[in-house]
Amino acid sequence: MMGRTMFIDPGRCIGCQACVSACRECDSHRGKSMIHLDYTDEGSSVASLPTVCMHCEDPVAPCAEVCPADAILVTADGVVQQADTTRCIGCANCVNACPFGVPKIDLQAKLQMKCNLCYDRTAYGLAPMCATVCPTGALFYGTVEELQAERPGVQVADTFVFGESEVRTGVAMVVPAERVQWPVPGGLPVVEINGKDVRR
Amino acid sequence: MTADPRAADGRTVLPLDPSLAPPGTRGFRDAGGIPADQWHADQNGETLVPTHCCFCGVQCGMYLRVDRGGKVFGVEPRNHDINRMRLCPKGINAYQQVNHPDRLTAPLMRRSRDEELREVSWDEALDFTVSEIRRIQQEHGRDAFGVLGGASLFSEKTYLVGKFARVALKTRHVDYNGRLCMVSAAGANKLAFNIDRAGNPFSDILLTDCLLLAGANVGECFPVLTQYVWGARDRGATLIVVDPRETAVARTADIHVALKSGTDSAFFNAVLHVVVEEGLTDEAYLADHVTGWEEVKANVAQYPPSRAAEICGIPAEQVVQVARAFARAPKAMAFHARGIEHHTQGVENCLSVINLCAATGHIGKPGAGYGTLTGQGNGQGGREHGQKADLLPGGRSILNEEHRRQICEIWGIEESELPAAGTSMMEMVWQMQRREIRGLIGICNNPFVSLPNYAVVKEGYDTTEFHAQFDFFLSETAANAHVVFPVTIWAEDEGVMANAEARVVKHNKAQEPPAGVRTDTWVMCELARRLGAGEKFAFDGSREVFDELRRASAGTIIDYSGITYERLEETGGIAWPCPSTDHPGTPRLFEDGRTYHADGKIHMQVVEWHPPADPYDDAHPMTLTTGRTVAHFLSGNQTRRLGALVEQTPRPWAEVHPSHGFRNGEPVRVVTRRGSEVFPALVTEAIRPDTVFIPYHWPVPTAANALTIDALDPRSKIPEYKVCACRIEHAGAIDEVPAPPVAPGHVAYPETQVSRTDPLPPTAPQGRGTSERS
Ligand code: SF4
Ligand code: SF4
Repeated sequence: MMGRTMFIDPGRCIGCQACVSACRECDSHRGKSMIHLDYTDEGSSVASLPTVCMHCEDPVAPCAEVCPADAILVTADGVVQQADTTRCIGCANCVNACPFGVPKIDLQAKLQMKCNLCYDRTAYGLAPMCATVCPTGALFYGTVEELQAERPGVQVADTFVFGESEVRTGVAMVVPAERVQWPVPGGLPVVEINGKDVRR
Repeated sequence: MTADPRAADGRTVLPLDPSLAPPGTRGFRDAGGIPADQWHADQNGETLVPTHCCFCGVQCGMYLRVDRGGKVFGVEPRNHDINRMRLCPKGINAYQQVNHPDRLTAPLMRRSRDEELREVSWDEALDFTVSEIRRIQQEHGRDAFGVLGGASLFSEKTYLVGKFARVALKTRHVDYNGRLCMVSAAGANKLAFNIDRAGNPFSDILLTDCLLLAGANVGECFPVLTQYVWGARDRGATLIVVDPRETAVARTADIHVALKSGTDSAFFNAVLHVVVEEGLTDEAYLADHVTGWEEVKANVAQYPPSRAAEICGIPAEQVVQVARAFARAPKAMAFHARGIEHHTQGVENCLSVINLCAATGHIGKPGAGYGTLTGQGNGQGGREHGQKADLLPGGRSILNEEHRRQICEIWGIEESELPAAGTSMMEMVWQMQRREIRGLIGICNNPFVSLPNYAVVKEGYDTTEFHAQFDFFLSETAANAHVVFPVTIWAEDEGVMANAEARVVKHNKAQEPPAGVRTDTWVMCELARRLGAGEKFAFDGSREVFDELRRASAGTIIDYSGITYERLEETGGIAWPCPSTDHPGTPRLFEDGRTYHADGKIHMQVVEWHPPADPYDDAHPMTLTTGRTVAHFLSGNQTRRLGALVEQTPRPWAEVHPSHGFRNGEPVRVVTRRGSEVFPALVTEAIRPDTVFIPYHWPVPTAANALTIDALDPRSKIPEYKVCACRIEHAGAIDEVPAPPVAPGHVAYPETQVSRTDPLPPTAPQGRGTSERS
């Protein structure tokens, strides 16, 4: 972080899946969506949050590190690209390595696919499709200053703790201002919504 | 190509691989999302046509991507100031309708309902229609033939529907499906302000200190508006949501009043009671700007919070909290939608909200005012120019002699020839049942799914001797017709719509219609010509109709005379009234403190709460309420055919509280006095224990509207979709979701033309998607 990047704000997500539909429209993987939406507490709340590739920075891209075919390239600007189709052998190592559950395997084609931050758009200064359309701004693309100008007092986190290991990512999450937790445990930054503790 | 923004933080930037930019949109991207010359974005043949979404009343701006061959093949978000690039899933997928394999491409016809529909020539379909109109009108009088229009049509076309019915058919029976949408709000606004539109633009939401959303599921029905709602919240505004369900905006509200459906006016009366008790009224405003306050004040004295708590099934403190938050805020706004409008006291519910705004002086200021959120794209514009039973163009009353004379002059007919007021959409169906209306033309509506009490609707349509329907897909209603005219889809014609802010926006033509398809304008004019009224319908296209509409609205409150296509293209939309071409339009009403009544005052109205039409008893102790889901639009005729939206929400469900003992996905039978149907249960704490919710976008046997009651508000004639007495039971098997009908000779579209027996419930109460379900 923190040039222009993606910010995820679960407090704004309305679960509409505009991001999922928009992702299908991206020319680099037209017809397939690389986003998934989680419903965090089905049955008692309507809360939802989207997961895009977090573009891990440290350790740099576990998916790329474990790829035996060197198919996943990380560009100098920190974007973890989807697997190069001429190299990918469809072994699914990346799927197992990713702490956020992002890469997918097309079993028939034996090819990996994942969010590449709409490189065909961001390289030209446009926001990724999902963040462009997200009606609520739950997905926001820009700099942290731009985000804070639009949402006074907003706090973000880019470090997640999984047991013993810490992962610092290129994509950041908005965390409740009054309960900033840094780093964020378990990869789930939301601990409280409107005064209600939402941890299990 | 401007410098890569990533270079700013000092990283090495890879040289750009030009192949990363797909052909076509390169120019668009180089310019940061604005096409170089507005229309032609690129060097490779792809064009971006600026237009708006065809669906809801937000009217988001979008570009349609058109390939070298002139076909629409995609969408690009557009930085229009309504939506600022945002789109909801319906908007993103809308373009897929344009060249969908289910599109009707030839007229369909049958002489009796025993035959199958078959493709025929335009001449044959038009001749048969004209001969049936003549026969029915000769045998049974002119009023035996009716017309039902739609609020998804451009305003030019809705203007033509009204003129066609009254001038070509000379029948008084014309109405439209906006009757099912927001006529309660229209009625209340007319009574209180004598103007039928929202008071403030969406952008005022960002300026308010307290936002009250009543019966408005913004997250699913107007998703792009949430950016304004969240924007207000970011700036510290208090958010109040009044809704029996915990919707996505209710989830984050400061106060969520989960009241029982059908008790809204009791609640708002009680809120006003507390405002009065605590001395929070704006007395200076009331003294100068309002009539009827003393009566309203005396009436709300009968509604202490304890009484509201009992009627509405909520804690009494919430009434006090809402009253204080709304009245003490320096600026407050109230928005409502179908949740309080779909009632036998829909008009009264809206009036009770207006009373609250008026008594606290929250009217006519930046960040203070009221509005209604229109469900259909042209829900606002669709009723302004004479498609509604009692209205003439410019919102003139058909009962007013002066107004009648003015319009007859423009139309070139004698006043004696102009028919009287007709009846509303549901009443017309009852008349069809009674054989008072024997022939019908329906234009882009689907009452088989959208009207309440399906059995009555089916019987009404089955009883008609002749029924023609205009549509671009074979809807459930069209499948029942004698003649189906294949007409253009929104992207194949130009025209205007007025969104929920009363901002008129222009839609542009992105592709030529498929061979065999004509514009609705052409079909109406051709029918008029064959009926002998050709000289009054000599329109070449939308532009000419719009010019007549502008003249017909001049001097009225709904004045479009200063709005031109050119101005709309330059400005991105103009709110009416706009009386001259140098007038900027009127985004915010009442800024000078005057309403459109002759005395310039708000006419406050006494509202007495009364129970809903369908009484509760031991066999029907619970409330059935209906509504929309984010992936589908109205009767689903359009969205039930789009793969991504079908995948997102493949079938309806019954949302029930865990206290009833159902497991997720278990079959639950919902029984009302009209019938019963089985749905998978979606078990969630986000709904009141005494309430069941079913989304209404599907036909029988999974149609919410087979269960709803056809009781109407006496003033607005809107049906009471939001409250029916019901009970729920365990059931054996879940009803199949029928595939949308396909015209003869068309191939079923594999992704959507399958019936769904999948018994799994949706994954979650909001979004309700199936994506990524493993
Ligand atoms: S588009 Fe935005 S609000 Fe909708 S589901 Fe995706 S992240 Fe959530
Ligand atoms: S349906 Fe409404 S909110 Fe969604 S894109 Fe269309 S106009 Fe915008």
